[in-house]
Amino acid sequence: MRITKEEVRHVAALARLKLTDTEQDELVEHFDKILTYMDKLGELDTDGVEPTAHAVEVSAPLREDRVTNQSETDALLANAPSRKMDFFRVPKIIE
Amino acid sequence: MHLYHLTIHAAAEKLHKRELSSHELTQAVLDHIQATDDRIHSYLTVSREAALKQAEAADRQLSQGTAPSPLCGVPIALKDVILTQGIRSTAGSKILEQFIPPYDATVARLLKEAGAVIVGKVNCDEFAMGSSNENSAFTPSRNPWDIARVPGGSSGGSATAVAADQALAALGTDTGGSIRLPASFCGIVGLKPTYGRVSRFGVVAYASSLDQVGPCTKDIHDCALLLNVIAGHDARESTSVDRSTPDYTAGLDRGAGGLRIGIPQEYFVDGMQPEVEAAVRQAIGQLEAQGAQVVPVSLAHTDYAVAAYYIIATAEASSNLARYDGVRYGYRAPQIDDLKEMYHATRAYGFGSEVKRRIMLGTYVLSAGYYDAYYLKAQKVRTLVRQDFLSAFETCDLIATPVAPTTAFRLGEKTADPLTMYLTDIFTIAVNLAGLPALSVPCGFDQSGLPIGLQLIGRPFHEATLLQAGYAYEQAHDWHTRKPPIYE
Repeated sequence: MRITKEEVRHVAALARLKLTDTEQDELVEHFDKILTYMDKLGELDTDGVEPTAHAVEVSAPLREDRVTNQSETDALLANAPSRKMDFFRVPKIIE
Repeated sequence: MHLYHLTIHAAAEKLHKRELSSHELTQAVLDHIQATDDRIHSYLTVSREAALKQAEAADRQLSQGTAPSPLCGVPIALKDVILTQGIRSTAGSKILEQFIPPYDATVARLLKEAGAVIVGKVNCDEFAMGSSNENSAFTPSRNPWDIARVPGGSSGGSATAVAADQALAALGTDTGGSIRLPASFCGIVGLKPTYGRVSRFGVVAYASSLDQVGPCTKDIHDCALLLNVIAGHDARESTSVDRSTPDYTAGLDRGAGGLRIGIPQEYFVDGMQPEVEAAVRQAIGQLEAQGAQVVPVSLAHTDYAVAAYYIIATAEASSNLARYDGVRYGYRAPQIDDLKEMYHATRAYGFGSEVKRRIMLGTYVLSAGYYDAYYLKAQKVRTLVRQDFLSAFETCDLIATPVAPTTAFRLGEKTADPLTMYLTDIFTIAVNLAGLPALSVPCGFDQSGLPIGLQLIGRPFHEATLLQAGYAYEQAHDWHTRKPPIYE
């Protein structure tokens, strides 16, 4: 196998995902197939080839720093799973 | 012939002459959705009330002669990754099941400003990740030509809605073939525009260097009409290209004469369904008979595109989907006191298995020690894939290939093995890596009566050339006017 169950758990922790035992086993198996397939990229000599991040030339456009919208606090907070006054409420993060 | 059978251009003529009201047309489409959607499952949300209100407003404009576009009063469906103010937008995911956007995506706003009637939000693979629509967290859409088969993905609902006349047209998104594959499987026209041509502002992101919004329509003329409304620069989207847009309907009837069509041998491989190859070659022959010149071209790195894509796309997805953390919007796992645990539980419940798999794969290829071997390597291969196309376009104006190696497969046929499913996209994925426009046009049926699609790939920003060739081909056939057996 290309990846161990411990590695799967490590990657899951990085990705903030809780996976069941069955899901972990399945990923070990799927990763094996998928990563083996991806090995074919190794057949290509890419020395000196520039990487492409975007197919079309894009550069960060600049514009004037001007307020164009109005305050939309209530609209933005309407989807909050938990709200207190004008804040998103989350579980305690400081001991 | 029922009202819902109309194309946009046919409906527009009747609407503008006032032989038909938008109210009648919208009502007919809404009734047809109600009568058929328990079998097809195109829609996640039908916005009946809002649609009838928009129809009323469109009728006023049409009567006063102030209709802003040919789309005025025309019922259109949007893939559920496109945000609509006040109308639930789920992206096909449980994590956004209750999400009601506070704003419109730019494409939704442009359609409303053009007077279009938004009839509802259509089904898709969760976060647009999938090739069959079976990854929808709700229910898979069914292919109207055979409901035991998939419509293709990820914009499955967009294609089924148009194929089954549950909307006159729809918008989809295409990251690796997600408009073209379902268009091909369902026998409709689908266009993935050039990267940067259509704004993605307000469109739920999957892989940002590949995603593009495009039309799903009943014919080429409608495709041009819809592209006219959605194409163009948007200051709210940093990858939107500031470049003028032509009237895409203007050159439709120029014919295929003089066009040089490149045929890449790499897209006619062993193991293809013979009927697909035959139909596509026949379509190319038809264009040749109309005066096009066929030239052989080589896209030597085609075989590496799927591997490069599933590294780049999953890497970008793992980063894009980090925002679903149960804090600002979307689902939150209840009654958990620890923040980190809340993240883990929220995402464990909110995401389906394919989305988890892609987040995991993307996180893995970006993680310490693997970045160069996978991500950087894939980006370099992406350069090679793109160079293939650019050199091919030195000797041709467009490239013709099949959209997929087979016609629509059965539900459940490929779900057990993710890699087999990923390989469904072998003919569509390279186009996204290269950022090119590509069109799927119906070009026949197999022996089981399932539609086959011809793919036409163009130079960056040359959508008009694709539409010109597609239109020329369409004039010689009636494939696009045939109707699926779903009504009988």
